[in-house]
Amino acid sequence: MTINQSGWKPEMAVKGADAAAPTFTGNKALMLEEPLIFEIGSTETTGVDFAEGDVKHDRLGDLTRKAPIGLPGLSEPETVRHYTRLSRQNYAIDLGLFPLGSCTMKHNPRLNERMARLPGFADVHPLQPVDTVQGALGVINELAHWLITLTGMHGVAMSPKAGAHGELCGILCIKAALEARGEGHRKVVLVPESAHGTNPATAAFAGFTVEDIPATADGRVDTAALKARLGPDVAAVMITNPNTCGLFERDLKDISDAVHAAGAYVYCDGANFNAIVGRVRPGDLGVDAMHINLHKTFSTPHGGGGPGSGPVVLSEALSPFAPLPYTARTADGHVHLIEEERTEEFSNEHFGGKLDSFGRMTAFHGQMGMFTRALTYILSHGADGLKQVAEDAVLNANYVLRSLEDVLDAPFGSAGPCMHEALFSDSNLAEGFSTLDVAKGLIDEGFHPMTVYFPLVVHGAMLVEPTETESKAALDQFIGALRSVAERAKAGDASLKSAPHFAPRARLDETRAARKPVLVWKDAEPQAQAAE
Amino acid sequence: MRYLPLTPADRTEMLRVIGAESIDALFDDVPEAARLSGTIEGLPDHATELSVERHMTALARQNTVAGEVPFFLGAGAYRHHVPASVDHLIQRGEFLTAYTPYQPEIAQGTLQMLFEFQTQVARLLGTDVANASMYDGSTACWEAIGMARRITRRGKAILSSGLHPHYVSVAKTMAKYTGDVLETGTPTLSADTDLDALIAAIDDDTSCVVVQYPDILGRIADLQPLADACHAKKALLIAVVTEPVAMGALKSPGEMDADIVVGEGQSLGVGLQFGGPYVGLFGCKDKYVRQMPGRLCGETVDADGRRGFVLTLSTREQHIRREKATSNICTNSGLCALAFSIHMTLLGEAGLRRLAGLNHAGACHAADRLAQVPGVRLVTPRFFNEFTLDLGQEARPVVRALADRGVLAGVSLGRLYPGEDSLANGLVVAVTETTTPEDVEALATALEEVLA
Repeated sequence: MTINQSGWKPEMAVKGADAAAPTFTGNKALMLEEPLIFEIGSTETTGVDFAEGDVKHDRLGDLTRKAPIGLPGLSEPETVRHYTRLSRQNYAIDLGLFPLGSCTMKHNPRLNERMARLPGFADVHPLQPVDTVQGALGVINELAHWLITLTGMHGVAMSPKAGAHGELCGILCIKAALEARGEGHRKVVLVPESAHGTNPATAAFAGFTVEDIPATADGRVDTAALKARLGPDVAAVMITNPNTCGLFERDLKDISDAVHAAGAYVYCDGANFNAIVGRVRPGDLGVDAMHINLHKTFSTPHGGGGPGSGPVVLSEALSPFAPLPYTARTADGHVHLIEEERTEEFSNEHFGGKLDSFGRMTAFHGQMGMFTRALTYILSHGADGLKQVAEDAVLNANYVLRSLEDVLDAPFGSAGPCMHEALFSDSNLAEGFSTLDVAKGLIDEGFHPMTVYFPLVVHGAMLVEPTETESKAALDQFIGALRSVAERAKAGDASLKSAPHFAPRARLDETRAARKPVLVWKDAEPQAQAAE
Repeated sequence: MRYLPLTPADRTEMLRVIGAESIDALFDDVPEAARLSGTIEGLPDHATELSVERHMTALARQNTVAGEVPFFLGAGAYRHHVPASVDHLIQRGEFLTAYTPYQPEIAQGTLQMLFEFQTQVARLLGTDVANASMYDGSTACWEAIGMARRITRRGKAILSSGLHPHYVSVAKTMAKYTGDVLETGTPTLSADTDLDALIAAIDDDTSCVVVQYPDILGRIADLQPLADACHAKKALLIAVVTEPVAMGALKSPGEMDADIVVGEGQSLGVGLQFGGPYVGLFGCKDKYVRQMPGRLCGETVDADGRRGFVLTLSTREQHIRREKATSNICTNSGLCALAFSIHMTLLGEAGLRRLAGLNHAGACHAADRLAQVPGVRLVTPRFFNEFTLDLGQEARPVVRALADRGVLAGVSLGRLYPGEDSLANGLVVAVTETTTPEDVEALATALEEVLA
C-alpha cells in the first residue's frame, strides 16, 4: 500500500524580505523543505533486514491482526536524510545561545552521552536480580548522596520523571506527613503569583485549594501577607528560589520558620537551583522538599521537550514518606533496592525512624539514563567547578541586565543584582509593539527568543537566562542583537510585526490549529488520488 | 574547567561593566547565614574526562549486561534490536539540545516529528488521535484513569488483575489523593483472564475498566465484549499496551472499540536503560481530545500560507490553566518519542509485521522447549512474545540460581507480587528477535539442572 505518495507538493510561496525567484523544489540552498513520512514512505518499504525463515501466528487465535495499520517505511538512507533534514529546522543550544529564562539551557557535555550509553547502564533491565545490577544501583545511590550533600537535606526521592512529577512527589510527601499527624484537614497551599504554572496545577491535583500570595514591588514574596495568611488550614507554601523574577528570596529562612511554627511545610521549586549550586544549601533555609530538574542544573539534554528527571530532596520530617522504590547502601558495600517489600528491614537505620512511603509514582526506578549523565556532570565539575557554575551563571545574567537596562525596562533592576536571569518588561516599546515582536525579531538575528510573558507579575515579561556556558563574545553578540531589535521596536519599525522573515516558517496560525485541530495525518481519499 | 568559557580577564571586565566589586557582591541578597562556607563536603575538585570515564566505566562493569547473556526478562520492558541509525539521529544536536517547541518558526523539526509520531501511535493503537507522549506507560495509565473520571464524572475505576502490578501501584498512589475508588485484584496462575468478572463488575458508578493487552502473564483476550459491556453502562474502556511490537501481529485495542489506549513505547528505539527514560503512549477517540493530558502537536499554516506545525489545545495545560489544567504534566518524553518514531519509520508496516512474527515464532519455540523441562508447565496457551511458566516450586530462588549460572531467566511473579503465595511458582518469560535458539537451549538446560 502506498500512502499518498503523489500527494505532496513543494511549497512554492516565497514572499517577504527575502523574496527571490521561486525555486523549482521550494528549497533555498541549505534551507530544505521536507515532506511527511506519510507522503514519501510506503507500507511495503522497510529499512531493516530480518532473519530468514517462516513465521506462523499459531498462538494468537482469532486475535491475529488482519486490517492494515498504515505505517509507512523508508529505507535507511531515506530515513537518515528525512530526520537530518528535519533536525535542520530546529534551533538548539549546539547552534547558539538559548536564553530561555527559568529553563537553564546550558551546554550538554558529550561525555554524559557516552557514559549513559555504556552497555552496563543502557542494556540493563529494571527487574534483573539486584546483585546483577550493583553498578546501576550504585549510580543511583551515589547521585542521591551528592544531591543530598549539595542541598543540605536529609533524604531524596529519585524516581520522579520530571520537574512537575517531582513537585507532585513533594506535595504528596507533605500530604502524607500531615495525615500521619492527624492533620489531613489542612487543605490550603499558598503559591506566589510569580510561580510556574505547574505549582498550582500540582497542588490542585493533590486535592489542595490554591491561594495566591502577592508579590512586593521589588519582585519578591510579600512576607507580611504570607505570614498573615498562615493558620490551621494551611498545609504548605510553594516558593521558587531563586524566584522567577531572577531574584533571591531573602526572607526564605524567616518564612520557613513562620511556616513551621504554624504547622505547615515549605516546598521549594528548585527549577532555578543553577544560580546557587555550590554556594547555598536550601536545607539551611528551612526547605522541606525541593525538586531538582536534572535537565536544568545538571545538564541532561532537553531533547526537544523531554525526557526530564526530577529527584526530590526531603527534610528529615518528610523523608519517611518518600515514594518507592529507593536504594540503601549497607556497610558491606551492597546497594539494596527497596520496593513493595523489605520496607521493615530498612526502616530505622536509614530513614530516621519510621518508614511510611506514600507509594509508587512510576513503574520502575526513575530516569536512569539521566542519572548517569547528571552524576558524570557532577564529578566532572567537582566542588570548585559547581561553585564556579553558579558564579558564572549569575555574572552572565547581571552582565546582560546591566548592558540592556538603558534600552529595555528592567522592572527590578534598581533593586540590586539579579541571580541567574535578567527580567525586562515591554513598558517602553512603541505603541502597538509587544514582547512577541521583540521575540520574533530575535529569531531573525539567529537567536532563540527569551522566555516571554512569564512570570505573570510583569507586563510583557522577557526573561533572559544566559547560563554559565556562554562566552563573553557570545553574550556580547546576543546583547547587540537584542539591543538592535529593542531599538526597532521602540522606533516602531513595522517590519518587526511580520518577523521572522528568515526562519523556515513565518508566524504560524495558532488560532486555526486550535479551532479545528488536525492532530494526525489523514490519507487522501481514493477519488482525490484518482483525480491527480 | 572545560565547560566554562569565561576567562579571569572576562570576569574582571564584566564585573566592571556591572559595577560590582566582586562576584560575592552579586550574591548580596543571600543572607550571610545561608552562604555555604567552605566547599562541598567530600566532593573532589573538577576532574578530567578520562578520570570520570574510568569511574563510570567501573560502575558499569558491575552490572550484568542483557546483551551478553541468555536473557528473557520482560514484564513491561523489552529488549529489542535498535538499528544503529536511530541512536545516531537522536544525537543530532538540533534534536538533542533543543527545547520544547514553544517558538514554532524555529522548531519545525521537532514539531513535524511529533506530528508524525502522533500519527504512528494512533495507527498502531487503533485510536483516532494520540498525544506527543507521556513520561512512561505507568503514568500514562494513571492519566487515562483521571481522564475517564473527567469525561464520565464518575469516580470508580475497575482495574483488571492482569494489569502490571507496578501500574496498579502507581494508580493506587494517585487515587489516594484524588479520591478515585479503584477496584483491583490479583491474577491467578492460570490461562483464564478476569474478563468475565470485569464485565460483571461494571455498574452505573464505573468510570472505566482498565485492561492490559497482552496482560502481565502474557495472556491475550478479545476486548470487544468488554468494550460493549462498558459502553452499555456509559463507562470507558482503557486498554494498556506494554509491548507495542505486539501490535504488528495482534488486533489493536482501538479495533476492539477501546476508548483510550495507552502504552509503554520503550520497545521501539529506546532500549532497556534500567527502567528509564521511557516513553508513554496515549491515544483516544476523537471526541475526547479536549480532555487529554499532555502536549499535542497540530497542523496549521504560516503567514505565507505554507504548511507548518504548532503545539495546540494548550488551554488544557498547566502553563495556561494553572490549577484548572487537565494534568500537571509539563515535560513530555520528546527525545524518546523521536527514537520511537525513527525506529518505526525504519520498520514500516512490513517491517513491524515481520518483527512481530519473529518475536511470536521465537516465543512459541521457547514455550514448547521449556514446557519439556520436567516439572514445568506452560500456564498461558495463547500469547504474543511473553508467556508464563509454572515451575512447580518457588520461582524467585530459581531465577537467582539461574543468574549465578549466567542466565537471566525472566521475571518471577514473586518479585512482582511479593507475599502472594499463589503466584510464587510463576515465571514470566519474554522472547524477542534478539533471543537465539542457543539462548533458549541454555535456559532449558540450566532450568533442568536447577529444578532437578
